[in-house]
Amino acid sequence: MDFLYKPWPWYVAGPIIGLSVPALLLMGNKKLGVSSTLRQICAACYPANVPFLHYDWKKDSWNLFLVAGILIGGFVGGTLFANPEPTHLSPATVDLLHRQGIENLNGLMPVELFNWHTLVSVKGFVLMVVGGFMVGFGTRYARGCTSGHGIMGLAALQWPSLLATVSFFVGGILFSYFVLPYVLAL
Amino acid sequence: MKNLKYMLVGIVFGLALTKGEAISWYRIQEMFHFQSFHMYGIFMTAVPVGALSLWIIRKLELRSADGQLIDAPVKPYHRGIIPGGLIFGFGWAFTGACPGPLYAQVGAGYLVTIVTFVSALAGTWVYARLQPYLPS
Repeated sequence: MDFLYKPWPWYVAGPIIGLSVPALLLMGNKKLGVSSTLRQICAACYPANVPFLHYDWKKDSWNLFLVAGILIGGFVGGTLFANPEPTHLSPATVDLLHRQGIENLNGLMPVELFNWHTLVSVKGFVLMVVGGFMVGFGTRYARGCTSGHGIMGLAALQWPSLLATVSFFVGGILFSYFVLPYVLAL
Repeated sequence: MKNLKYMLVGIVFGLALTKGEAISWYRIQEMFHFQSFHMYGIFMTAVPVGALSLWIIRKLELRSADGQLIDAPVKPYHRGIIPGGLIFGFGWAFTGACPGPLYAQVGAGYLVTIVTFVSALAGTWVYARLQPYLPS
């Protein structure tokens, strides 16, 4: 049971994540992708008169089962068998986060930033609401996320997926260097 | 239920994302500042494992459990890839989450990330609404 509490090194987690590609293909010729479920939930809950949301979302409901599983996996790995120790971050990152005012580095999220109280502050609103909006808008506009483009698309040697993955990283690097420090200082 | 097997894949996938700390806000900042190999190691093992499996599946012309011939996804270029990718990257730096980890973060007990998730749904909806006006 100890391995369930301990964090997994990259050479264990990475290959398991990669194996979801053949698992889904062999089960039903399904292509790994997660951001499409956001479109499906929108189509199921509030299609309004938006043509992009009027399609047979039930036909692809397999991936709603996939994401329900991801939620359960997160519960098992992050709640039932949560790592009791702080994440083994590089000393440079620990130093950076401390300099940005984040003291408590336990768990998977900085609870000082992500909680119900900060949600009504400018900082929390930008991090959660604006950040979440950009995740949803951007992945749909790019037609895929880190799973669909970054793993499945790259595994299928699709050059547009490489372009998408590079864009994901360029966007992330730009914001974590040049914008996030100002948001955290709010 | 024929779809339950996909839930099983999701559980293992979500467990690996969580235990591999790919859903960790701290790990994402560490990755964007190039301060550790950890996250790059995850990508650099996941992609070749996926690519090699897909190559073997196609080489052997394997069929899926329901008898379909397995084909590789085609992801054509379109004009949303770069702007959409950048916008997602911005959000990734703020939230520490991609769409997969959004579900895992909620499961891991960070209930406030439900707000991030609902906001991601709003972003998807607004994209859908604006789609006819955006270059694609």
